[in-house]
Amino acid sequence: MSGHTDMVLVDENGIRIDGRRVDEKRPIKIEAGVLKNASGSCYLEIGKNKVLCAVYGPRECRPRHLQDPTKAVIQVKYNMEAYSVTDRKRPGTDRRSVEISKLIAEALECVVQTELYPRASIDVYIEILQANAGTRCAGLTAASVALADAGIPMRDIVPAIACGKADGNVLLDLNKEEDNYGQADVPIAIVPSTDEIVLLQMDGNMTREELDHGLDMAIAAAHEVYEIQRDALKRRYASISKKEGESDE
Amino acid sequence: MEKRNARRTREIVVPGDVLADASDYRAGENAYELDGKIRANVMGTKTFTDNTVGVTAMGGFYMPVTGDTVIGIINDVGPSNWMLDINAPYPAPLHVSEVPWKVEFGDTGRFLTVGDVVLLKVLMVDESKKIQVTMKDSGLRKIEGGQLVEIEHSKISRVIGKSGSMIQMLKNMSDCRIFVGQNGRIWIDGDEENTEVVAEAIRIIEAESRSANLTDRVREFIEKKLPQSEEDDEEDFE
Amino acid sequence: MSNIVISQIKRDHLMNLLAEGRREDGRQLDEVRKITVETGVIESAEGSAKVSLGNTTVMAGIKVIPGTPYMDAPGDGVLTTGAELIPLAHESFEPGPPSESAIELARVVDRGIRESGMIDVKKLCIKEGEEIWMVFIDIYALDYDGNLFDACNLAAVCALKTAIVPWKNYGKGEENLPMPVTCLPISVTECKIGNDLIVDPNFDEEAISAARLTVTTDDDGNFRAMQKGGRGSITRSDLSLCLDRAVEIGKQIRKIIG
Repeated sequence: MSGHTDMVLVDENGIRIDGRRVDEKRPIKIEAGVLKNASGSCYLEIGKNKVLCAVYGPRECRPRHLQDPTKAVIQVKYNMEAYSVTDRKRPGTDRRSVEISKLIAEALECVVQTELYPRASIDVYIEILQANAGTRCAGLTAASVALADAGIPMRDIVPAIACGKADGNVLLDLNKEEDNYGQADVPIAIVPSTDEIVLLQMDGNMTREELDHGLDMAIAAAHEVYEIQRDALKRRYASISKKEGESDE
Repeated sequence: MEKRNARRTREIVVPGDVLADASDYRAGENAYELDGKIRANVMGTKTFTDNTVGVTAMGGFYMPVTGDTVIGIINDVGPSNWMLDINAPYPAPLHVSEVPWKVEFGDTGRFLTVGDVVLLKVLMVDESKKIQVTMKDSGLRKIEGGQLVEIEHSKISRVIGKSGSMIQMLKNMSDCRIFVGQNGRIWIDGDEENTEVVAEAIRIIEAESRSANLTDRVREFIEKKLPQSEEDDEEDFE
Repeated sequence: MSNIVISQIKRDHLMNLLAEGRREDGRQLDEVRKITVETGVIESAEGSAKVSLGNTTVMAGIKVIPGTPYMDAPGDGVLTTGAELIPLAHESFEPGPPSESAIELARVVDRGIRESGMIDVKKLCIKEGEEIWMVFIDIYALDYDGNLFDACNLAAVCALKTAIVPWKNYGKGEENLPMPVTCLPISVTECKIGNDLIVDPNFDEEAISAARLTVTTDDDGNFRAMQKGGRGSITRSDLSLCLDRAVEIGKQIRKIIG
């Protein structure tokens, strides 16, 4: 948010450097069931972000002291791969990835029926293969598809997307330049069936009016992301059914 | 297991999808009610049973139910019990009082050890999903030799077939002993070649579990692979 | 790596098959699984490759960044190889700093690339004694079904082969140049189960094997790196067979990856 540039992020016609309108999200591609070993998995691209997510479990909770006798714990590991950014990212956990992992786990806890699996652990691994702003939203969006792919009971799927502000314009789904040189970034995730907000962060500077406008845009866009998630899951199921032959029992 | 009166539609649903109005139906398996609507909580196909609507899950994982017969692999040995992997989210302890032998404290390793495969029954699953298994029932024992095949547990009902028709055919045509665990593990023992053919047939059933005439197709497959086998109706072992 | 218990029945079954010269997936003892290579998959990397060896899939990415040379080699670029066995790839992989296995894996891949002289490090000099290119090879396991050594070696080699050195991007030259590659080091890993040596072991085969040997050859069929692993031993004649196979299979794989 603090960077400065002479770059024009939004031109006089309201067009952004990647050609999008202010209320336009980047192209999204989602594929479910891409890994063999994991219980459920998802590959997701949004703009230049590339994310791979795997779910293992429910399984025995390790380490044991994290076990909860009343419900399953969701353990998320968000990890940026070394080559995912322009300057090589040193492998290993840093404070940023710990925070993001925690927020994603909490957002997922809002929908996953963890009470069905006391003492167990549902492990979610999010690998950022290529990063271009918005990876926590991309990671959470992929994670909820991977959980559904794993057959884990959940009351809804969680889509996530960011709004923000750059060059004085309220924007949907910031790219890297807008994130670096803009004035605000607000990632948000919702439960589509109820419009509950399950992840929300903000940094930067926005007026009440701008924030309301941004949130309206982001929530509407999240519903569109949700449709893409559903479509990916249905394609996955249809491909399995197809392999099994056309007729029912 | 197929439920009586279950009417499975072709409609694919994902978590959160509305299945029906709560005024018309009650929430069945894998469904919940929210604000007057019945919604899905797993991915699968929409299924009506009497006055409920639910979801027949696609895949998913095995959750043990009291009375299930399962195949376990020992992965730890304690002084008074063994720990088994039964392909479920939880490990299954087998206590010395639940085996057909008299075992002294600390002498467990002499009877069963890590890697051993055991036929078991789920004795109890409590509210916090603590599992207990037993070997004290007829036919339950340690198994050796043959092949252990693992398939998606949700396909087990197809391997058994309607009133056991599929499994009976596999046994008769191959002359193999076959033990089907509810947890997706199947043990096949008999002539080496026949065992391999049965293992392959089970893979076919798993891959094509929803096709019509599956029994006929599997029969054709075995006939092709084991042309010399006579279809005698000899009783099987289990 | 936490231990996954292989059932005695599975173990016996695999051994019985091997006694007849067979493997569970129908392969010959010296047969490699299907190899698929996809390069240029990560735009933020200077080179990248996603490689599958049967059901084992790994991703390698190359980052090339200006840095300072080592005192004893003031005109040479620097290679660094890392491998991560991330828990996304298998239930037995745990989060945390690289395990022993991950470090061994990275070092074996590194040795093959370094000792074969695959990269002409002299051509990675920006200004002698002051600035050189640092080449980071980072490899991640994505799906694990045995033989990460060969999968990671292939991914690293394919990623390097298609990588650029970003002279222009960093304002160090007129244009970006291809990575100065001189040859393709290919590793071939075998496992010893009973008295048999099998090439490209899958997860189950690896789990029941006593010893492992990785042999890396260059384009001329000369040996550039070796690593024996596992608690069991190999005989001199085992080694001889592995060396012969490494040359032969190395040739086949070079044809596949071009």
